[in-house]
Amino acid sequence: MASVGKIARRTFLIGAAAVAGGVAVGYYSYRKPFPNPLETDLGKGEATFNPYVKIGADNTITIVAPRAEMGQGISTTLAVMVAEELDVGLEQVKVEHGPASYAYYNAAILEEGGPFAFFDESMTAQAVRSGLGVVGKFLALQVTGGSASARDGFDKMRQAGAAARHLLIAAAAQKLGVAAADLETANGSIVHKASGKSLTYGAVAAAAAAIAPPAEVRLRDRADWKLLGKPQKRIDMLAKVTGAPIFGIDVRLPDMLYGTVKMSPRFWARPVKADLAKAEKMPGVVKIVPLETNYGHGFGIIAQNTWAAFKAADAIDVQWADPEYPLGSAAISEVLKQALGTKGSVMRNNGDVDTAFADAPRERVIEADYAVPYLAHATMEPMNATARFSDGALDIWCGNQAPTLVRQLCANAVGIGHDKVTVHTTFMGGGFGRRVEMDYALFAALMAKETGGRPVKVTWTREEDMRHDAYRPAAVGKFQARLGDDGMPVAVDMRIASPSMIASTLRRLFPSISPIGPDKSIVDGAYDQPYTIPDYRVSGVAAPVSIPAGAWRSVGSSINGFFHEGFMDEIAAAGKVDPIEMRKKLMAAYPPAVKVVEKVAAMAKWGEALPAGKAKGMAFTLSFGSWVGEIVQVADTPAGIRVEKVWIAADVGTALDPGIIEAQLISGAIYGLSAAMGQQITFADGMVEQSNFHDFDAMRIFQCPVFEVAILENFHKMGGVGEVGTPPAAPALANAIFALTGKRIRTLPLSTTVAFA
Amino acid sequence: MRLTVDGQSFDIDADPDMPLLWALRDLIGKTGPKFGCGIAACGACTVHVDGQPVRSCSLPVGQVSGAVTTIEGIGTADRLHPVQQAWLEEQVAQCGYCQAGQIMSAVALLDEVADPSDADIDNAMGGNLCRCGTYPKIRAAIRKAAALKTAGL
Repeated sequence: MASVGKIARRTFLIGAAAVAGGVAVGYYSYRKPFPNPLETDLGKGEATFNPYVKIGADNTITIVAPRAEMGQGISTTLAVMVAEELDVGLEQVKVEHGPASYAYYNAAILEEGGPFAFFDESMTAQAVRSGLGVVGKFLALQVTGGSASARDGFDKMRQAGAAARHLLIAAAAQKLGVAAADLETANGSIVHKASGKSLTYGAVAAAAAAIAPPAEVRLRDRADWKLLGKPQKRIDMLAKVTGAPIFGIDVRLPDMLYGTVKMSPRFWARPVKADLAKAEKMPGVVKIVPLETNYGHGFGIIAQNTWAAFKAADAIDVQWADPEYPLGSAAISEVLKQALGTKGSVMRNNGDVDTAFADAPRERVIEADYAVPYLAHATMEPMNATARFSDGALDIWCGNQAPTLVRQLCANAVGIGHDKVTVHTTFMGGGFGRRVEMDYALFAALMAKETGGRPVKVTWTREEDMRHDAYRPAAVGKFQARLGDDGMPVAVDMRIASPSMIASTLRRLFPSISPIGPDKSIVDGAYDQPYTIPDYRVSGVAAPVSIPAGAWRSVGSSINGFFHEGFMDEIAAAGKVDPIEMRKKLMAAYPPAVKVVEKVAAMAKWGEALPAGKAKGMAFTLSFGSWVGEIVQVADTPAGIRVEKVWIAADVGTALDPGIIEAQLISGAIYGLSAAMGQQITFADGMVEQSNFHDFDAMRIFQCPVFEVAILENFHKMGGVGEVGTPPAAPALANAIFALTGKRIRTLPLSTTVAFA
Repeated sequence: MRLTVDGQSFDIDADPDMPLLWALRDLIGKTGPKFGCGIAACGACTVHVDGQPVRSCSLPVGQVSGAVTTIEGIGTADRLHPVQQAWLEEQVAQCGYCQAGQIMSAVALLDEVADPSDADIDNAMGGNLCRCGTYPKIRAAIRKAAALKTAGL
């Protein structure tokens, strides 16, 4: 590991965009930094050094953490990256989300978008990664997703802190008439030890910001970290235990109206006939307006309070057109199964699978069909946004995972320039991928055009939220394996069919763009796993069902974690091999994976006999750059199966905040277990059948198992954290149920086959 | 109609069928209690009426006869309730949206049972949903709050 983080000016600018404060160098347009968005909105006496740091004359230090805080703790970890290098304590800084700006593009989210597994470090894979990082900058996606925020911010936010500190020291040196090398920093001050003189950062901030930024900065060696690598107190905790108004739904503005929406429960369908008269006459109703968007069609109800809007929405009598997709779940499944029978895109192809199966003795071949349902995100905070359109300018307040996209789509929707839109990103009551969508913001923006300049807060009912999601798509898979003499797999063939999440997202966000190439998310979590099997093929087929599909915590890996690891457990059972031993052998070429499997097995005392009526199951998924093994222990009780204990071992490469990482791993596992145990979105008459938490519930405290977590740092690249606990949870539970009952459940949710306590 | 909320009296002009939650949030401006489901299925809207926990999303404001306490009435950033203090120390919240309701349920539990068992916690907190899965920390924080309260902190 390099002891000195010397960064050449060129790398500095590519890696950290505008960190140098508006200096454009380089040969290619992608190397030009974006302007610092903080420069146009500085308070009196405030100075800014780069898009991440502002310091006031009163020594108020503000760090911009430009990623969506939806519970994952990213605002804390990003702030710590800057604070570490700026040499200030977390309690000394204010942390803000900041404005929508291309300067805050996320390069890391696209880096793993190529057709290469995370462990593939071939020249081609690396070249595509760096190319896609450049694409990330071209598109300038300010987006929170792909478990990429910490990886994206790690270099550029530390550099931002280091560059600012360098300039503050330089300004202090000038002011005190001493050499910069004789100055030290501590707690937001610069100290000259020899003379005892000191200056606060605030006292020299204005002068420092006027100095040309350094060509290179020195980053702290890991051994010298004071904050990073240690659990921190989250910056948002006090607000969250006192009920502070931090969420989109809490926005209150002078003269504000309230509203809700009633959108077609059949996706993309228009109203054929609508009777608004009764609703319009209800007390408190101001106006009912039609909504026409790429997200669908319906009505916006504007009222004096939210309750009046809800009641009026109920009273609107509409006949909706027929849907363009099959009416019910059985017919939709049929489309998926037919797609499975067509030729797909092969994303992994080792050896010669066709030959391996052609001459395989029947008793050596195992086959299985798997299926998972559509799923809603069901964030605790229902979709909402507040908008004000006055004097040709739009202000919009909402929790969202992509502020520059909110700005762009809302500007287009109301017909003004992007520069006339101000996005105020709030904390969000859960995201899980739902708030990458733009429907809630678009609806509020369009309704704000109808209020004569008054702001309107548009809150969806839970029913509207549940029935208008961009769902985790349903999927089906066909799996085949040939076993060798020792019971180990010598050939596997995996085919997965699912509606394309990418194509669906483009239709909503950028309908003019046609998707090119196969949708890798259909096979993510299946084609890219660290197993070596001589003949190993994974292919994916996009099924033509146009129900909105989107990113749901861990995306394709939420599907294929279950498929791949359920089938691996079947192989182990058929071959009479221990599932842990089988994985260790198949993963031998990938030491970090083996270490994860060994660790989680040791934690769970795998192999030790359990009392009757208890059993364990395990699963492993590499996703978003982190290697995660989970073991679930279940018990047979008179009330049903109880999930007793879950052990998680995760190699995240570099653990920036072990406390937050542990919380996220547990959170991801509970999210996955909730879905596996009981969640499904089904369709009848072209509409979602579920509506609220009584028929789309999640794990409750009395069902919650005990968790034990180990965080490993063996791999040399940093992995993600927010999603990686989810994929192995469902297969580990299903495999445990097999061990307990002998029942192999290949279709989720498990509650359709077994009862849970 | 008159409503006493967090020790303050409010005159509101509301449809008596309006759920207490919306009277609090839209008419009075108390946004601490959250809207989650509207059918008393998630507990995000939990407040106390005369010390008893209720789901304010499903209680018509016209039927409220006692004093209402919200998360904003049990403690402040400077003077946290022991349950809030325990939540802070255990670093319970993730997205935080359900936590006002979780805390209000926990406060009511500890007012009734000073040293709750796991079963007591399961019973009292089972109606409060958390999509981030903070349950292990909620359980730990309730235990810590019980200790803080017993110690008179």
